[in-house]
Amino acid sequence: MTQPLRSLASVSNEVETALYEVRKKIYPRAVHGRFAAARWALVWLTQLVFYGLPWLTWNGRQAVLFDLGARRFYIFGYVFWPQDFIFLTGLLVISALALFLFTAIAGRLWCGYACPQTVYTEIFMWIERVIEGDRMRRMRLDQAPLSASKVSLKAVKHALWIAAALWTGVTFVGYFTPIQVLTDEIATWTLGPWETFWIVFYGFATYGNAGWMREQVCKYMCPYARFQGVMFDRDTLVITYDAARGEPRGARSRSADYKAAGLGACVDCNICVQVCPTGIDIRTGLQYECIGCAACIDACDQVMDRMSYPRGLIRYATQNAMHEGDGPRWFLRRLLRSRIAVYGALLALVSVVLLAGLYLRVPLKVDVIRDRATLVRDTSEGLIENVYRLQIMNTDERIHRYVVRASGLEGLTVSVRQPVEVPGATTLAVAVAVQVDPAGIKPGSHPIVFHVEDAEDPHLRADEKSRFFVR
Amino acid sequence: MSDFTSDLWSLYIALITVASIIACAVLLKSLSTRRVAKGEPVGTTGHTWDEDLAEWNNPLPRWWIWLFYITIVFSLGYLVLYPGLGSFRGIFDWTSAGQYQQEQAAAAATYGPIYEKFAREDFDKVTGDPQARQIGQRLFLTYCAQCHGSDAGGSRGFPSLRDNDWLYGGTPEAIKTSIRDGRNGVMPPLSAAVGGEEGARDIAHYVLSLSGRTYDPVRAHRGRDKFATTCIACHGKDAKGNQALGAPNLTDGVWLHGGSERAIVETILKGRGMPAASGITVMPAHKGLLDENRIHLLAAYVYGLSREPRK
Repeated sequence: MTQPLRSLASVSNEVETALYEVRKKIYPRAVHGRFAAARWALVWLTQLVFYGLPWLTWNGRQAVLFDLGARRFYIFGYVFWPQDFIFLTGLLVISALALFLFTAIAGRLWCGYACPQTVYTEIFMWIERVIEGDRMRRMRLDQAPLSASKVSLKAVKHALWIAAALWTGVTFVGYFTPIQVLTDEIATWTLGPWETFWIVFYGFATYGNAGWMREQVCKYMCPYARFQGVMFDRDTLVITYDAARGEPRGARSRSADYKAAGLGACVDCNICVQVCPTGIDIRTGLQYECIGCAACIDACDQVMDRMSYPRGLIRYATQNAMHEGDGPRWFLRRLLRSRIAVYGALLALVSVVLLAGLYLRVPLKVDVIRDRATLVRDTSEGLIENVYRLQIMNTDERIHRYVVRASGLEGLTVSVRQPVEVPGATTLAVAVAVQVDPAGIKPGSHPIVFHVEDAEDPHLRADEKSRFFVR
Repeated sequence: MSDFTSDLWSLYIALITVASIIACAVLLKSLSTRRVAKGEPVGTTGHTWDEDLAEWNNPLPRWWIWLFYITIVFSLGYLVLYPGLGSFRGIFDWTSAGQYQQEQAAAAATYGPIYEKFAREDFDKVTGDPQARQIGQRLFLTYCAQCHGSDAGGSRGFPSLRDNDWLYGGTPEAIKTSIRDGRNGVMPPLSAAVGGEEGARDIAHYVLSLSGRTYDPVRAHRGRDKFATTCIACHGKDAKGNQALGAPNLTDGVWLHGGSERAIVETILKGRGMPAASGITVMPAHKGLLDENRIHLLAAYVYGLSREPRK
């Protein structure tokens, strides 16, 4: 490896260079239209949910709260325990399958409309536009020499960015520490060290990613941006420039008959490039940088309208449609292809299983721990006794009274003070002695089952297996 | 520092450490810039995959390089603050033992007051306090349940703590002493003194008669005299035992090492708690594991168990 480099070093006109492309700052132009409106709708929706959810209360507590210290995860009426981890797994599987499905149908929908990177960049660009103006004014401001007005504009922008970012950090931490407590702590300046760290960390990440990094996150950091290419096929809707219609591009007057002049529909106004948040030219075809935000479609449609040309020079279209046919009909016909069917079926299956699991979930869990030192003992009545520790977890938020029974051997009796009362969202360890008359029972290990049942509601029960030893 | 035979080795290791860090920095710098002819591409790595796929011999991405530089800064800061550079202790003077003590002190500061509150309270009041009983149950399940069982019912060789029958006394102070200092009960082997197995069986039948069990009256009659000469020293004339020694009451139908004729004969012949005998008679001392405040709370819990009505 070093050999060719050293030989290169002997050449006289060489220079030492850092071989990095310097990022060219992108000044996306404001864009209006159908898809921009859809994105803003999703910005509002996701952010109302994100910023609003921690402020809702339910049963006198925060409606959505992930209490890591106590390991209780409250989501409205549900209280999840670490033992319910499978539901989180299910949710992640559903998210992954939904991502596969939507990407196979219509490309990077997630990237273009719902990804936090896109959403926060949109918000931060809006703040930037309000303070510094649109594309041309921002470019001019950056090139202008340092002046009081430039410094004050920049200062106001960054102050607003930091405020938005910190509030995002506070909201994020508010999912783990009750947000009312958190805001009280902030007001009284008594925030704990970890809360402070996570607010600042998450705030800094928001500020850095949405304010400074922007498209670089999508281009260089995001793994999903790179691997979703494998979910595309020739029938996936992607943002496409209709080269057959557009080329050869060129400037012309609005009244000219461009076809007679040998031109395509593209007026080469470059607005599609100016609005692109990742700084690419969609007219060179599908590129990995394209996050599918459709800003170029909105921009081009406006130009086409102004020129009185039909819309859709840049549009959502599949590769096959470009070559073989076009229009929604073609797309719908190709929608029923095998990969969509497989993703869709899996998604439906896992969703049904998860919902059924949630519906059938019983807010009671029992662990049985056999006493290990004392396997068997005799009672003064001549019975054989085994001792167990029952770990009864009441995952409901109200108090429950449970009756404990055991079955599996003829004449098993359970000695524990019945009913066992367990307060809401609490685990109780109960020592339980189980007796049986040894007459007619083979010495050895026998399977038994503990039944823990709510005294009022027989549907609320948990069965747990254990062993009973007879000597 | 005793780990090193001389200061030279500490210095040697410190030098190697610092030299490695500097070497890493130099390597990073040399890998992130290349000398190439003006206007020329950097060249490929020299390997071609799949007929026409080659890779530019570019350095790592810059953010990645910077991460490495940050690790170098971090390591220097770390070596100044924490031990790591030969025998230099670092300006924080951190040790794992010190951190352990700190965490212990922090835990004591958090939980200490809870135990202290109960330690100042009257024994009977603690016995009836639901919070104290919950804490007591946790302590019991951690320190006692291995031998006495989760339900404190005991088993052979391990006394039940809830039958209100006490080997060493059931007063709060006696229970605390048992937990704090442990107990060591011994039943000596009496084979020679009682005249072998026959004599032991006679005594066993007398003992069975004391708690109203079925027994052989002839043997019991013979055993009575042997009991009077051999056993009353510890178990007392009325066989009600002696809590000062831990000699069990033989009249109450509670059997620590088994109440069958065979078990009683074995106890007499081989003794209990002796090297050759089976069964354990030692209650270990817990004063190294539990402080006085915890012992107070645990004793109150055990005391409460013996008072619980049983079904």
